[in-house]
Amino acid sequence: MSATRCAIVGIGQTHHKAKRSDVSIAGLVREAAARALADAELDWKDIDAVVIGKAPDMFEGVMMPELYLADALGAAGKPILRVHTAGSVGGSTAIVAAQTVISGVHRRVLTVAFEKQSESDAMWALSPRIPFQPQLTAGAGGYFAPLVRAYIHRAGAPAEVGMMVAVKDRVNALKNPYAHLRIKGIDLAMVRDSPMLWDPIRYLETCPSSDGACAMVLTDEDGAKASPRPPAWVHGLATRSEPVMFAGRNQVDPQAGRDCAREVYAQARIGDPRQDIDLAELYVPFSWFEPMWLENLGFAAAGQGWKLTESGATALGGSLPINPSGGVLSSNPIGASGMLRFAEAAMQVRDQAGEHQVDGARRALGHAYGGGSQFFAMWIVGRERP
Amino acid sequence: MDRDDGVLEAPYRLEYTYQRSTGPVIGRFLTGLRDGQLEGVRTAAGTVMVPPLEYDTQGAATGEAVKVGPAGTVTTWAWVTEPRREHPLTQPFAWALIKLDGADTAMLHAVDAGSIAAMRTGLRVTPRWRAARTGSIRDLECFIPADAASAAVADAAAAAPSVTLFPSPVRLDYTVTAGHHLSVYLRAMQDKRIVGGRCPSCTKVYLPPRGACPTCGVPAAETVDVADHGVVTTFCIIRIPFDAAPFPPPYVAVAVLLEGADLPIYHLVRGIEPEQARMGMRVKAVWVPDEQLGPTLASIKWFEPTGEPDADRAQIERHL
Repeated sequence: MSATRCAIVGIGQTHHKAKRSDVSIAGLVREAAARALADAELDWKDIDAVVIGKAPDMFEGVMMPELYLADALGAAGKPILRVHTAGSVGGSTAIVAAQTVISGVHRRVLTVAFEKQSESDAMWALSPRIPFQPQLTAGAGGYFAPLVRAYIHRAGAPAEVGMMVAVKDRVNALKNPYAHLRIKGIDLAMVRDSPMLWDPIRYLETCPSSDGACAMVLTDEDGAKASPRPPAWVHGLATRSEPVMFAGRNQVDPQAGRDCAREVYAQARIGDPRQDIDLAELYVPFSWFEPMWLENLGFAAAGQGWKLTESGATALGGSLPINPSGGVLSSNPIGASGMLRFAEAAMQVRDQAGEHQVDGARRALGHAYGGGSQFFAMWIVGRERP
Repeated sequence: MDRDDGVLEAPYRLEYTYQRSTGPVIGRFLTGLRDGQLEGVRTAAGTVMVPPLEYDTQGAATGEAVKVGPAGTVTTWAWVTEPRREHPLTQPFAWALIKLDGADTAMLHAVDAGSIAAMRTGLRVTPRWRAARTGSIRDLECFIPADAASAAVADAAAAAPSVTLFPSPVRLDYTVTAGHHLSVYLRAMQDKRIVGGRCPSCTKVYLPPRGACPTCGVPAAETVDVADHGVVTTFCIIRIPFDAAPFPPPYVAVAVLLEGADLPIYHLVRGIEPEQARMGMRVKAVWVPDEQLGPTLASIKWFEPTGEPDADRAQIERHL
């Protein structure tokens, strides 16, 4: 075993939809995995190990996906691992898979993440009636809306900015054949007129509930040489976490996110992310998280992220496209949402993104967060071998 | 619930019914059960797998449906002397692996053999179907010894659409134990007092007390009284209706930094139009009537504005 570079040579995803009632969960993950293998021109027998991730167990009630899905993922006789970090799981799953390649443990790893929200109710899963407490929780929106309000207040951001993100990501989604939401004629007025759910978050500023899966084949330098299509190279990867509650915690701009970004930039030798990164796929489940993460990730100074969004820089034709795929706001199979960010970043540097391709993309950031903004996973992928 | 050591306990039930999509292979099997038919599936290697799976042990997709049984042979078994509520039979029975005629794998099901003496590996068994079938493995009530059976033929099924979905209920019954520090906090609520825990190292006061400081990692046994009034650090207005909502929306959910605490608690604000809620607004607890006080945060009905001037926003900046 020896350390090696890691490359992404196969990427697959399902067409994300509100309901995939035509397939079981096994059929859903199989679809994404088979597409990743086809992209890599590899067969199940070529895979050395499988690393799988999914959202918290209550979300779709599958407690041991590594058991249930081993057959569907061709894992018989191979190592299979399950990764678990709430909403960031798709990202951290890809990172665990990549680390088994980088460490020289495995040569070709299949990594998969999924969610079938139509079989369950995330609002229920996130709003338990806990003893000793009145009912205070109201789903993910109820948790994150106060943070969004605090951001708007601190940054003095105009209300339009959240709506601009909501429009921009849905316009991008129209160019992504796999995207769930395809809202023809989406514009600011449509977002503004949509119902307020968790004030200050409107309906069209939130992510949908999706069924979907994503898979990638990761390999070492020899595997990359044998790849029939240009690989994406991993230039850096990192995860960080922090406790969900402590005095003075800055949930608008979490320290763990800043630390994770600093680490991943150092590995990728990125001095100024605004200059050195061509695009980013960020985990933005509510529109305001785009400017919040722009600041947390160092693309803008604290309180200035909304100006980058407002300027149009984060649109597909802008100088720093964010979520050219349409992002989580357009497709949200929760367990897979982080891996989709990682995979879309890799698709961009492989020139594989079709209509939502960013011209000349050389380096891209894939980002995921989860829990109460307490888990972060990031990777930088590049066209050239680092 | 009280324990001798003063630690509070309460029952907690997590219950939900997932709606599973079967996919084509499992759906075909369940449709067969509803129609009183047993079917397996042909694997890539040519064997017949029962119950069918979508992928075989080598990861290959399985193929055509193959009729099997209805009789089969017990390959191994275990006797259940005291059936549980969820079990398919109320009298003692066997869990058995049954290799149906024509199948290459054995299927787990119940055998109503009457007595343990009648059970043996190699026993020939045949299904006993339920009269009302819905497309579930429970449509097969159990198997019975073949010699005891008159023809175990299921009633003909009326033509009905294929099974593509099935409900999958889960229910988990827990006993939540609050632990010492949380129990102290909850018991104080009964006396309309709010008790925090102070870290001896960083001096931050946590609500509820935790027994250990999350940042310093040291024991934090000291308790201090915290005021029942404070400042709203941030909030949202819940306008989305959902099953567990405490009030019909809209209502205001707030983070309140109580005077004397360093971490806000989450609660509700009433007595104000939702649109009038503000960051920095000063609020005080509204307690439930004395006879309803209990060891729960629900002893505070909600918070309402005190009418005093708002706090300086800079003051709340570090407390979300």
